[in-house]
Amino acid sequence: MTRTTTSVLTAAVAAAALTGCSLGSGGSSQETSEGSSSASASAAEKSCTGDGELTLITHESFSLPEELVADFEKSSGCTLKTVTSGDAGLLTNKLVLTKDSPVADVVFGIDNTFASRAVGEGVLAAYEPELPEGAQEHALAEGGDRLTPVDFGDVCVNIDDAWFEREGVTPPTTLDDLTKSEYQDLFVTPGASSSSPGLAFLLATIGAKGEDGWEEYWRELVDNGAKITSGWSDAYGVDFSAGEGEGDRPIVLSYASSPPFTIPEGKDEPTTSALLDTCFRQVEYAGVIEGTDQAGGAQAFVDFMLSDEVQAAFPETMYMYPVSSSVELPEAWAKHAKTADDPHQVDPQTIDEKRESWIRTWTDITS
Amino acid sequence: MDGHHQLIGHVRRGPRPGPTVAALLLAVVPLAFLGVFFLLPLGGMLTRGFVPDGQLDLGAVGDVLGRSRTARVVGFTLGISTLATAVTLALGLPTAFALHRLAIPGADALRALVIMPFVMPAVVVGVLWRGLLASSGPLGWLGLDGSWVAILLAMVFFNVAVVVRTVGAAWDGLDPRTAEAAAALGAPPLHVLRTVLLPALRPAILSAASVVFLFCSTAFGVVLTLGGLRYATIETEIYFLTTSLLDLQGAAVLSVLQLVAVVALLWVTERARRAGRGVRRRGRRESRRLPLRRHHLPALAVLGAVIALILAPLLGGLARSLRRGGEWTLANYADLALAQPGVGVSGWQALGTSWRIAVDAALLSVVLGLLVSLAVTRRPRSRTGRSLLAGLDAAFMLPLGVSAVTIGFGFLITLDRPPLDLRSSPVLIPIAQAMVALPLVVRTIAPVLRHVDPRQGEAAATLGAGPLRRWVTVELPVLWRPLLAAVGFALAVSLGEFGATSFLIRPDDPTMPVLVYRLIGRPGAAEQGTAMAAAVVLAAVTVAVMALVERLRISSVGAF
Repeated sequence: MTRTTTSVLTAAVAAAALTGCSLGSGGSSQETSEGSSSASASAAEKSCTGDGELTLITHESFSLPEELVADFEKSSGCTLKTVTSGDAGLLTNKLVLTKDSPVADVVFGIDNTFASRAVGEGVLAAYEPELPEGAQEHALAEGGDRLTPVDFGDVCVNIDDAWFEREGVTPPTTLDDLTKSEYQDLFVTPGASSSSPGLAFLLATIGAKGEDGWEEYWRELVDNGAKITSGWSDAYGVDFSAGEGEGDRPIVLSYASSPPFTIPEGKDEPTTSALLDTCFRQVEYAGVIEGTDQAGGAQAFVDFMLSDEVQAAFPETMYMYPVSSSVELPEAWAKHAKTADDPHQVDPQTIDEKRESWIRTWTDITS
Repeated sequence: MDGHHQLIGHVRRGPRPGPTVAALLLAVVPLAFLGVFFLLPLGGMLTRGFVPDGQLDLGAVGDVLGRSRTARVVGFTLGISTLATAVTLALGLPTAFALHRLAIPGADALRALVIMPFVMPAVVVGVLWRGLLASSGPLGWLGLDGSWVAILLAMVFFNVAVVVRTVGAAWDGLDPRTAEAAAALGAPPLHVLRTVLLPALRPAILSAASVVFLFCSTAFGVVLTLGGLRYATIETEIYFLTTSLLDLQGAAVLSVLQLVAVVALLWVTERARRAGRGVRRRGRRESRRLPLRRHHLPALAVLGAVIALILAPLLGGLARSLRRGGEWTLANYADLALAQPGVGVSGWQALGTSWRIAVDAALLSVVLGLLVSLAVTRRPRSRTGRSLLAGLDAAFMLPLGVSAVTIGFGFLITLDRPPLDLRSSPVLIPIAQAMVALPLVVRTIAPVLRHVDPRQGEAAATLGAGPLRRWVTVELPVLWRPLLAAVGFALAVSLGEFGATSFLIRPDDPTMPVLVYRLIGRPGAAEQGTAMAAAVVLAAVTVAVMALVERLRISSVGAF
């Protein structure tokens, strides 16, 4: 008995000591900021209290320049702890699951395809900040008092202009073109069941063809040899002819912001372009999580995401467009990453109600 | 504590309770760990699924099981896993023979190479395989892109190491004199194989087959990536139901189905393994390697095919990492030093993060794994005692057979109250990875412990040595090398681990697989090229670790 008890205890202590010390030395890179005591009266309401720790939950693609985060921490008295989890869908579902015991104070990255679920499940607290110029057009019709539009991106069909020029084929311009025989076996898209741009494209077709026309459209698309991959990265990186995998398909589902990345070194024109009549707009929102004890800090963070500095940083750090029309886009974006004038739309509430049956039907058609 | 006392009280009624009680005491810490970080979250998700509003609702069971899609998904999972297991065995057995019995120059390096896919992140491998098989790729003429054959190939790629390692280790442990005697008496090679070798290797083969089947049936990333969404397995279906539809009832039904299948599989394997004990084995001495002969050609050909299968996607990745914008360059490697746009850290910083987490995970899994190994290698006389230990051994295999999505979401809803509010804590990552590495560690250490002659310990006790001293003088000297090997193996597994981690809420401190995953999801030659360079560096580090482990010559590393 003594023998085993001793070894269990030794091992347990060793385990605790080993993991404890190595974790401690390799801890997080977040800096601790000192609370600013000279904040003005109105700012004092929107600041952190207690230990000052503000937890932000966001998706995998989140990134902000460190200087901006440091400025925010200084002015709000918060210490920002960022945790990430998957994409917009995974994020929303995790918030719904942890509704009774929130895992964070503020969220960024719920998009218009999941907004309705988040609002309907009551995971967000009311907060309506003053929106910068241009942001109102991205606001939710229902739930606008809980989710604040922060950035957006257009998911559009992209084409390899160099390929079409070389082959002497007229490039397609519309969704209907993709089902024509000239473009047989030329299109690749990530799937709606496994990829968020893939789902956005399904919604673009539903917005364009209506609830009774999209199924037929997809049958024609599949019959015309459209290829479906699991994620954006292997559609663009393996099959697309202008991607690094040097694939054999010159039409790919990507973003309006993708073309500037195909400007060859030393040149100033991209070799690809986005078809702006084929787009679905993804808007990303920020919101205060219901049940937080850092409501002031969370509100300050939502305000911060709307500030000119952060808005201007979106293209470079997250490949998204600012909702504010008062900040300037990088030059290459202004020239080569125009957004759609009139993207295809589906009402967020309808998306939430029908998503499951749409995806199931889509899966049946495509497999 | 109460339950623990009851457990001991129950066992004491057996005829010779000593070793069983000792085993259970040793296993208390690992069992608590398994309970908190596996059973609790699993139970939490099942409860949400079956007891949605505080009322047991089994209505979904019939509904889910009755769907035609469910039948298709279950059928495909069983079919592809069985086929992949058969092909992996067909390729793995000759490879094990060639690498463990034949005097092949560079066999050590090849053994390290074979195990590499096992520790590579699936997200990277999926894209590399597609790069080869896509119609524009070098193997595009095969027309396999998006077919079930592509999924099967990737499954073989990942798992051939399991067969080579497990059966190779058993082969190393066989007394070659039996086969030599049969041959000397005039038995032709095939007859020796059938009557002497196969019966002796049977437990190892069965064990390897069941583990390969387990890994194949829970494969996730490769099924989606290589099957082009046309195929669904139970695992991908649970992912789809949970993350996309939040259909927790459907997910719970499938999780239970998966769990029942896994438990049945482990039970069958354990019986088969036990049937094999008592086969005559030799010590740990290196066996003499056979000089190459003409009749070894088929085995060498299979070895060549396996090496080609493993190298092809890796060389494809290496080539892509050296190209940018259509030209050969080292720029992608140079860029690993820069903070990556959209990621926030440089490749080297991410590697540092990965390394720190891997060290934590490896230490944790080795400490727990040692305790489990000490427990399962006790030698109870009673039948109950033996069954209990076998069950203990199998219990730590369970996490390998249960969907990572379920556990990841389960953490969220169960570890949400102090003192265990670990949902967004950085310690959850090494813990999740340690859980993946734990069974591998046990399988590395336990076989060595089984070879320690109990009489040595008894002799030491007779001479007046206390329990700790007995352990230090008898078991530790044979253990330190396997322990070191287990640390290395766990380190390599953790470095490449992405499946279990990707469903956790993580601090915004990207690891190497996360960096690769994020960069690969961006347009632009620089981002894509740097992603490949980072993947190559990750592969190189894991191979280097495994090569060091290989130098320790512990044949049970990677064996089941």
